[in-house]
This record gives sequence, C-alpha cells and structure tokens, in this order.
Amino acid sequence: MNLFILNSSIGRKLVMSITGLFLVLFLTFHMCMNIVALFSAEAYNMICEFLGANWYALVGTAVLAAGFIIHIIYALVLTIQNRKARGNDRYEVTSRPKSVEWASQNMLALGVVILSFLALHLYHFWAKMQLVELQHMAGTNVDTSMVTNGAYYIQQTFSNPVNVVLYLIALCALWFHLSHGFWSALQSMGLDNKTWFNRVKNIGIVYATILVGGFAIVVIAFFIKSLCCAA
Amino acid sequence: MATENIMRVNLKVWRQAGPKEKGAFVTYENVETTPDTSFLETLDILNETLVEKGEEPIVFDHDCREGICGMCSLYINGHPHGPATGATTCQLYMRRFKNGETITVEPWRSAAFPVIKDLMVNRNAYDQIQQAGGYVSFNCGGAQDANAIPISKEIADEAMDSATCIGCGACAAACKNGSAMLFVSAKVSQLALLPQGKVEAAARAKAMVAKMDELGFGNCTNTGACAAECPKNISLSNIARLNREFLCAKFKD
Ligand code: HEM
Ligand code: SF4
Ligand code: FES
Repeated sequence: MNLFILNSSIGRKLVMSITGLFLVLFLTFHMCMNIVALFSAEAYNMICEFLGANWYALVGTAVLAAGFIIHIIYALVLTIQNRKARGNDRYEVTSRPKSVEWASQNMLALGVVILSFLALHLYHFWAKMQLVELQHMAGTNVDTSMVTNGAYYIQQTFSNPVNVVLYLIALCALWFHLSHGFWSALQSMGLDNKTWFNRVKNIGIVYATILVGGFAIVVIAFFIKSLCCAA
Repeated sequence: MATENIMRVNLKVWRQAGPKEKGAFVTYENVETTPDTSFLETLDILNETLVEKGEEPIVFDHDCREGICGMCSLYINGHPHGPATGATTCQLYMRRFKNGETITVEPWRSAAFPVIKDLMVNRNAYDQIQQAGGYVSFNCGGAQDANAIPISKEIADEAMDSATCIGCGACAAACKNGSAMLFVSAKVSQLALLPQGKVEAAARAKAMVAKMDELGFGNCTNTGACAAECPKNISLSNIARLNREFLCAKFKD
C-alpha cells in the first residue's frame, strides 16, 4: 500500500472523507443524546455519568480527538497544497457557475468557525465535567459534585443569549460544511455514479438538516425555558 | 457587411511578453465585429489592426476552430471558454455579448499551466499525464465484428461520453484547487469501461494519478466547477470512478 494515504492526492482525500464521516457519526450520537435532555434531566445525567471518566469513555474521547486532529491537519495540508497548485496569479474576473455550491469552496473557513466553536464548547461542558473528574482521579482537590450534572450546565449555558447566538452560528457553519461534506466524502471514496449523484447530494442535505436541527432544537428549547422561568 | 449588424466591444486582454516577463491588461476599445463573427475571429480582426499599426499581435492558441481539437483556451469574463456552456472558445460567437460591452480575456491560470506568451499557456502537463498511462499497451488486433465483444448500450454511451474530453485544460483552469481530476478521470474512464481497456485499468489509474500529483495539480475537493465549465460536459461521476479505480488498485497492492 506504500503510504498512499500520505503521498497521493486521492489517498489524502480518503483520509479526509473517513475522518469526516467518523465525525458525522459522532455528531449523530451526540445529537441523539442531547435530545434526551429535552425530555428528562435525570435520564440525561445518567448518560453523562455513563460517559464520565471511565476507561471506555476516555478511549472514546481519545479516538474522537484523534479524528478531529487528523481531519484538521489534513484539511490544512490539502488547502495549502491546493493554493500552491492554483499558483500566484489570480483571475481578474471570477464568476461561480450556478451548480457550484458556495460551501464547497469555503470548507476550510467553515471548518475554522467550527473549530473555534469547539474550543468554546469544550470550555462550557467538557472542562466542567470530564476534565474535573480526571483532575480528581489525578489526586487534585476539586469539587466533583457537579461533574455528571450535564442538564444543569445545559440550562446554565443556554440561559445566556450570547451563547445561544454563538451556538446557532456554529450550527449554521456545520450545516454548510456537511451540506457539501457528506456527498463529497462519498464521492471521494468512489461511492457515486450517474444514477446516485443527485440522490446522494439530497441525502446529504437532509441528513445535515436533521443533525443540525436536532442540536438547534435543544439550544432553543433551553433558551425559551430560561425566559419562562425568569418571568 | 450590413451596417446595422456591426457591433463594437472593448477587449481587455492580458498581455505578457514571455514566461518570465511581468504581464498586464491592455484594453482595446471599440473593436468592430458582428454578432455572427466568432470570438476568435474577432481577435483575428483586432490582430490585423495591431499588425497594421506595427504592434505585436495577441498570441492565443487555436487550431481546428470547430470544437474538436482542444487547442483553444481563454478565460473570458470569468469563465474558461467563455459564458456559453458545453462549447469551446472557438465555438463562441459575439452574439453572446452586448454591444459596447467590455470583455475581459485572461489566460488559464494554474501553476501547472505557465503562460508562454499573452494568452497562450503551456498545457504539456496534460500530455505528460496522458503519456503516463492513457492508452492500451497491448495489441488489440484489427476492427472486430461488432457482435464479437458484447457491450451494453449504456456502457458504450458512457465510455463515449468520457472519450469526448478534448484535453483542453478548462477543468484545471476553472478549479480553485488547480485540480486535473476531471481530465484524468475522463481518460481513465473511457478505457476502464470497455473490455480492452479494463485489463490495465488498475495500473493506468495509479500511473496517471501519480503523474498528476507529481506535476503539482491540486487535491480535488469536489466543488464541481470543472464539470460546470467543461466544454464537453464531462460528468463528475467520472471522478468517482477514478477514485474507485485508484483506491481499489492501492488496496490490492
Ligand atoms: C464536527 C466537525 C466536522 C465534521 C463532522 C466534518 C465533516 C467533514 C466531511 C464529511 C468532509 C468531506 C470529506 C471529503 O470531501 O472527502 C469534510 C471536509 C472538510 N473539512 Fe470537515 N468536518 C468537521 C470539522 C472540520 C474542521 C474543524 C475543519 C478545519 C479546521 C474542517 C475542514 C475541512 C475541509 C477543509 C474539508 C474539505 C477538504 C476536502 O474536501 O478536500 N472540518 N469535513
Ligand atoms: S474534462 Fe472537459 S475541461 Fe477538462 S480537459 Fe477534458 S474537455 Fe477540457
Ligand atoms: S480550436 Fe480546436 S477546439 Fe477550439
């Protein structure tokens, strides 16, 4: 196989697509889990407990982090190579053909928005939950009474309109990233043909909409709840 | 020439004396032509006036002027081969433009296609990719009885569609990633779909992709600008086929 995933363009695209779809799979689980919080805070906290600082969850977290890191490193490498291939001389006039999606030409920018959001998101939740548990395990003197109370942190985070807006912006970016990314990943893996071309594109858009919609509902629901409770 | 048919356009053209020279746009105002004159003929008309004035004529590639050879290029008003879809620059007529319009004409811009002079670029990179494997290396014999090797109409049509690629380079010129995937995938597909070509399909895909990467073309991110601008409407499903051929070949190694 002589390292074609490093030194061939199509091999690099394969890595991009597999890590991308892996992240999509993760987001699918994450979204389903969040939906639980809409119905029952206890049930949600049980999931949080289950995904706390145990070995399974830690290995899962590490694999997930690796998925992100590989996806991002490859995204940077591919984008730099592509800019070089384009050359230093730019066109005076450019006009995007109608069939070319805007997202497809701005995947890196969308990715950077997602990445900045990820930092914020880790600060809002992970740093207060799994990280604290880890510190506790390492012998640091920390308060662990709240580490599995995910429902509380959801309510706290989304009572703040600034967070609500930031989360919704990030979700929009994610929608655009996936509206192109999903079918692009299948195309990169060679799983596309004339008959399935438009079908795969549409499946990707429907899937991205369900995924992003699922996340957005939770954000909005808890924001509305905070308004009602405050009143 | 009936006077009512005359139209005038301003041609803003990239002029560059040589590969290492610094280029710039020069605008030629009120170039007289007619709606039924082709774009390249309009450049010919302009060139005649330049020669008469003792100036250097604009250099641009062309040969057959009927859409089959792949020599003509030009990036016109933001589109390779101009605003028409499914047509080459030599098949473009002035009726596509408005009287008095300023038309911007640029060379293909891609690191692998350096400018030779004015609007002419070196597309030798595509020849090199073709030479790396875009052929059948064994003797297939003479023309067979059409029934000797049954091929379904669907497959025959698809192979023919892929084979219409004229190697013009518009795909890489249109691509923000400078990727040659549409061209390479068409060349790989036209052979991989048919029995004689299938025999060497894996080796061909590997050799042509390796050459494409070596020459510095970019990584395809499936934007689809290539297919949208391709004068022969080569479809993106060819790229999926190339990915498939290449990945299967690599996994078997
Ligand atoms: C939850 C987060 C993310 C998910 C679910 C995701 C998913 C995907 C998928 C499915 C693709 C298509 C792969 C392909 O075209 O073969 C893709 C492409 C891409 N992603 Fe992401 N991604 C995420 C985060 C990021 C981040 C953080 C960055 C960058 C900082 C990024 C940058 C890119 C780029 C540049 C591409 C296009 C590369 C190409 O097509 O060659 N992504 N992503
Ligand atoms: S695929 Fe289309 S644009 Fe690319 S070289 Fe062939 S004919 Fe030209
Ligand atoms: S000059 Fe031959 S295709 Fe245009």
